[in-house]
Amino acid sequence: MRKNKLLHRILQQIGMIALTALLGAFLGATLVRLAPGFGVDERELDTRRSESSLQALRESRASQSNIFDFYGRYLGGLLRGDLGISQSLNRPVLELLQQRLPVTFASVSVGLLVGWGLALALAIPAVISRVQTFDLFATVVSGVFLCLPSAVLAMAFLWFGAPGPLAIGLVVFPKVFRYARNLMAQTYTRPHVLAARARGAGGFRILLRHVLPVTAPELLALAGVSVSLAFGAAIPIEVICDSPGIGQLAWQAALARDLNLLVNLTLLVTLVTLVSNSAADVAAMTLEREPA
Amino acid sequence: MRLVQRMALSILVVVYLAALLADFIAPAHYSRQFRDTPEASPSVQFLLGTDDLGRDRFSRLLYGSRVSLVLAPAAALLSTLIAGLVGGVAGFVGRWPERLAMRGSDLFLSLPWLFLLLTVRALLPLNTEPEVSVAITFALLGLLGWVTSARVVIAGAGALRASDLVLQARATGCYGLRLITRHVLPNLKPVLLAQFWIAIPVFILSEANLGVLGLGVAEPLPSWGGLLRELEHLTGVFAQPWRLAPVGLLVLVVSCFHIVFSQDEVAA
Repeated sequence: MRKNKLLHRILQQIGMIALTALLGAFLGATLVRLAPGFGVDERELDTRRSESSLQALRESRASQSNIFDFYGRYLGGLLRGDLGISQSLNRPVLELLQQRLPVTFASVSVGLLVGWGLALALAIPAVISRVQTFDLFATVVSGVFLCLPSAVLAMAFLWFGAPGPLAIGLVVFPKVFRYARNLMAQTYTRPHVLAARARGAGGFRILLRHVLPVTAPELLALAGVSVSLAFGAAIPIEVICDSPGIGQLAWQAALARDLNLLVNLTLLVTLVTLVSNSAADVAAMTLEREPA
Repeated sequence: MRLVQRMALSILVVVYLAALLADFIAPAHYSRQFRDTPEASPSVQFLLGTDDLGRDRFSRLLYGSRVSLVLAPAAALLSTLIAGLVGGVAGFVGRWPERLAMRGSDLFLSLPWLFLLLTVRALLPLNTEPEVSVAITFALLGLLGWVTSARVVIAGAGALRASDLVLQARATGCYGLRLITRHVLPNLKPVLLAQFWIAIPVFILSEANLGVLGLGVAEPLPSWGGLLRELEHLTGVFAQPWRLAPVGLLVLVVSCFHIVFSQDEVAA
């Protein structure tokens, strides 16, 4: 029964990812197709071209005028792994992604590790010790980082010569800290924890045996969300720290209004975050306890 | 309201007043250039010095605060209205509209916020008049930032749909627009207000990020994002600490918003 439920959830998540890809590709194609300047070909300004050559150019564009035709071609290209050409950099989008994606994956991974490490390192003692001063200190520290734009954090890292991926960690940290701390604090007030405490169980034993198993599904869901957060933070941080990842590429594409590149980047990041959210969801489901 | 909240509220009132009265308080117009004194240090004439074009930093900070502090609530109002309309209708009607709205918001929320903003911003003209760029920036924030709020409103409206209050109203013959205006909207007001206050600091920070990336409010009109962009050229923090005033003010205001309208207070 439980296995069937899990399988159903996995299939549901795969369907959701496929639907998002189709919908995202359609929206992306529509954005590219409707953007001002689409269909303008500077080759038409070349006075050396004959009338028949110009006519051929216009006819090739006319085939793209129908939005559904355009989407069909775009989708066909996507399925063949052809993501088109970046207008601003004049290089295949796929090649750019292959170059830049590993850089961002590495910095996002480091950032997530740092952010989660820091958040749990403060949240767990704050909840276990129940010392108000420490809790206040941790809340104020996380509050300060919550109020700083990621771009300013990146600048601060640049001034002090610290590595950029750590800044991603400081963007993730306050959100994870606040949620994890509140979640664990709530769980500590539950009757089964109070009973364990009354029986003389120690702080870490209560945490490991009675609190973490209960909060794990929600913490896993938060882990999924934090991936999206880290990718979002990567844009200003990579731009300011001059890190050649997809965040910097997205910014360059936005400034050059290179919509084909930008839409493909957004679609890719969306799929990555969806996959991580779905994985977290399925993992959380496997951890959920069967009702007695 | 606790003492800390009162203090935070007082700070917000002072900053808002200063920003709104920038025309009277600021020693100079934000675009006026004192060409003889570029990059001047703080003095009696220029409280926060001047920038590389000789513009008074203190005046630009006041005018920039006005842009960010007035338009972020305007964008929050727009996003709350859209969230109220979409979420309220979907949640109150239930069935497939509710499911559709929830699935749609799931998809929308899987898009990283800044990537989405960048993509849509790039669709619109980049070299525009400063006033147009202000309108574009904050309208975008309002038009794209309603989804999270809509999910909360859907939940609120859904609970209301199943409540005794609405059942009783229906039993007394109250339907349609009358039911919505007399019973549903007044009961959704606290949820909508909470979402409005929560959205303001989020939009202030988003504008700051867009501004630093050069995709926000266009020069010479100052905004917090634009003022923070100048910090990119700062070589050392301790060499010219007065240049960090926009960061300090931004952190102060956003944290005051978080303190005054903390979750407990908003939920109450």
